[in-house]
Amino acid sequence: MEARTLRFEAALLSMDRVLCRSLLQEAMGEERQLEGIEHLLGPALAHIGDRWEAGELALTQVYMGGRICEDLLADLCPTSSTPVAGGPRIGVGVLLDQHQLGKRIVASSLRSCGFQVLDYGQGLEPLELARLARKDQVPILMVSVLMLNSALRLRELREALGEGPERPRLVVGGAPFRFNPRLWQEVGADAVGQTGVDAVAIAQRLLEESCAP
Amino acid sequence: MCAMTSAQRVFTTLSHQEPDRVPLALNLVLRGARELGLSIRDYFSDPANVVEAQLRLQQRFRSDVLFGFFHAALEYEAWGGEVVFTEDGPPNSGAPVLGSHQPLSSLRLPELAASKGLLKVLQAIEAMKARVGDEVPILGVAVSPYSLPVLQLGFDRYIELLLGDRAEFWTLMEQNIAFCQSWANAQLAAGASAIVYFDPLASPTLVPRSLYQDTGFQVAQRTFAGLKGPTVTLLASGRSLGVLDDLAATGTLGVGVSCDEDLAQIKAACRGRLCVIGNLNGLAMVDWSPAEAERQVKAALAQAGPGGGFILCDTHGEIPWWVPDDTLMALGEAVQTWGRYPLVGAEAHA
Repeated sequence: MEARTLRFEAALLSMDRVLCRSLLQEAMGEERQLEGIEHLLGPALAHIGDRWEAGELALTQVYMGGRICEDLLADLCPTSSTPVAGGPRIGVGVLLDQHQLGKRIVASSLRSCGFQVLDYGQGLEPLELARLARKDQVPILMVSVLMLNSALRLRELREALGEGPERPRLVVGGAPFRFNPRLWQEVGADAVGQTGVDAVAIAQRLLEESCAP
Repeated sequence: MCAMTSAQRVFTTLSHQEPDRVPLALNLVLRGARELGLSIRDYFSDPANVVEAQLRLQQRFRSDVLFGFFHAALEYEAWGGEVVFTEDGPPNSGAPVLGSHQPLSSLRLPELAASKGLLKVLQAIEAMKARVGDEVPILGVAVSPYSLPVLQLGFDRYIELLLGDRAEFWTLMEQNIAFCQSWANAQLAAGASAIVYFDPLASPTLVPRSLYQDTGFQVAQRTFAGLKGPTVTLLASGRSLGVLDDLAATGTLGVGVSCDEDLAQIKAACRGRLCVIGNLNGLAMVDWSPAEAERQVKAALAQAGPGGGFILCDTHGEIPWWVPDDTLMALGEAVQTWGRYPLVGAEAHA
């Protein structure tokens, strides 16, 4: 990683919002706005996620990193004319459960990297969530679950999303998938995120695949 | 060595000596509904159901402990939350007790006598104790004051409180410590042998060690100082290695460890001061064949069994609804076959 990205990551982990802002402004000044953001925020958040997965960092640090990035972007790119607001749309929601920390990390990471996030909330029934995603025609739907029985009901959601090229791709995440690595395939998901910040790389990959001939 | 009772087996291993065999702790509370052919809601509505089913299951699957536990959402309910029941999973907590704009000062310390759900748990523990006496340890469960705010406030709001307003944090902790002590002591008085202190936020998977030392560690020390019985600490599948010294310093007797961790490394770090509890992967267990269950038991026994100080358990503290009976039977059989001290057979086969 670049030295500036490492400095940004360190500033995020120490929650030094002033330094984070300064580094981000520096990057946005040197490059075009979106590229500056992409070269700093995306890699820093992805590295924080990798370090959490490796047991080096805590989830509170992942969460606060995403929150600080989201706040900085809202401050530095406040209007709908920014490239951030014009990015691809991703639906996010929590199936059945109420715990929304994972969803918030996903949403912060996506917004920090230029995606538009449609937040469907938590405690959602499978059919309700499928209806919302189809109505909004989101290319990707990211769903977080906490409990195993909720994860198993993703099959209903996947079925309700239908088939064909217009079907929203289903990305899943949450504790049941961390501890059972085959579960995401068993419920029919298109991809799984081991950490909330994986959402960015997965979204980019699925969008590239959908554009491929 | 003569066969021990389950209680002798568990307390011998908690004192870091080798009992006759490695104790097995299976929390089968949810499975009791299936055992009695009841819905999960109906099952938990009457403590007699839980007692009857847990005694049957403890014997069938050869577990060395009984859990006087219904579900964690009962504590959340006592604080004013609304429990959500499903057909195939533990009753879950609904929205946080406090809405996002409600001040912390609106939380009211529950009275145990007015918490119908918690009183049912106490009735169940009393009835279990009457049935098993001192033969089988009964474990009570209390959510730690430090982790309870995830249910009271929501995880995101709690993180921001923890990091941003230490005075408010400690005000909340005062209430939560008082509640936890009251609830845990009531379970001990009803007949629980020890308290499982459920503290996921003590894990460095969720909170950095330095922050834990300034907060949750002190909360645990203060809480334990007011308890009238021993504790073991469960981290709900979170990693433990980075905080083992801290956990030992709280005075807890044992720690539930993650399946993400090297069990032998954990055992070496805990030897003589913390009993290791774990670390079978309950979620992967859903797909295990009986042969795989036996293989997993042997591996765990070989890594953590020698010298005592090890209780075989799942990594989270509750067996999921979907784990097949054959797998659980195989777990019990494997412990009987390979878990007898000295553990030469398990080590040779691991």
